[in-house]
Amino acid sequence: MSVRILFFASLREKLGVGAEDVSLPDGVDTVGKLREFLAQRGGDWSSISVDTRLRAAVNQRMADATMPVGEGDEVAFFPPVTGG
Amino acid sequence: MGVRVQEEAFDVGRELAALTAGRVDVGAVASFVGLVRDRNDGQGISAMTLEHYPGMTQSALEDIVEQAKSRWDLLDVLVVHRYGRLVPGDSIVLVLVSSAHRGEAFSACEFVMDFLKTNAPFWKKEVTPDGARWVEARESDAAAVQRWDAS
Repeated sequence: MSVRILFFASLREKLGVGAEDVSLPDGVDTVGKLREFLAQRGGDWSSISVDTRLRAAVNQRMADATMPVGEGDEVAFFPPVTGG
Repeated sequence: MGVRVQEEAFDVGRELAALTAGRVDVGAVASFVGLVRDRNDGQGISAMTLEHYPGMTQSALEDIVEQAKSRWDLLDVLVVHRYGRLVPGDSIVLVLVSSAHRGEAFSACEFVMDFLKTNAPFWKKEVTPDGARWVEARESDAAAVQRWDAS
């Protein structure tokens, strides 16, 4: 299964990547499992699975850890928003 | 009703005139304008960059407007939010709400801003004398949204 992953703001700067297409192994089918999968890369990526302030969106809608992730989805990770 | 996410400045007077043009049922328009301050958290701010999530910003703001319209009897709502580089004194966001009576307009305007602060994917990066820094989300913004659950 392949998904597009986006990173914004301070998270994008920390990871040094704004967007990437990632092929996911079987079983990585929710936002929470995707966070654990990305954290396995180590280094600056480790915090993705444990940072409780980190927000996620699936197909441009806010999503919690249980939200399913499917083929072709756009998944975004970002810090709490500060607009307005 | 409209939501616009744009880099360029907006003209409050022109937007307000457009909101009420040709209608005679509007009894009240509440407005909110957010601006860039020259100080934040004890430091001088010389500029700011607003990053956003193209596409999601539009849909998140439209969703907030729909929630407001289902909650109050509103005639029209306009939200304009800028992104890109801004300097102190520049306007960032405009919310206009029209209704027959002021109560609905005041409440809905505040509701839209409270939810925009926590749900719309914008991020501010400020330039201070010590360098650039990302603005941290405030606990008070989360509390401002929660109070609407109770009312």
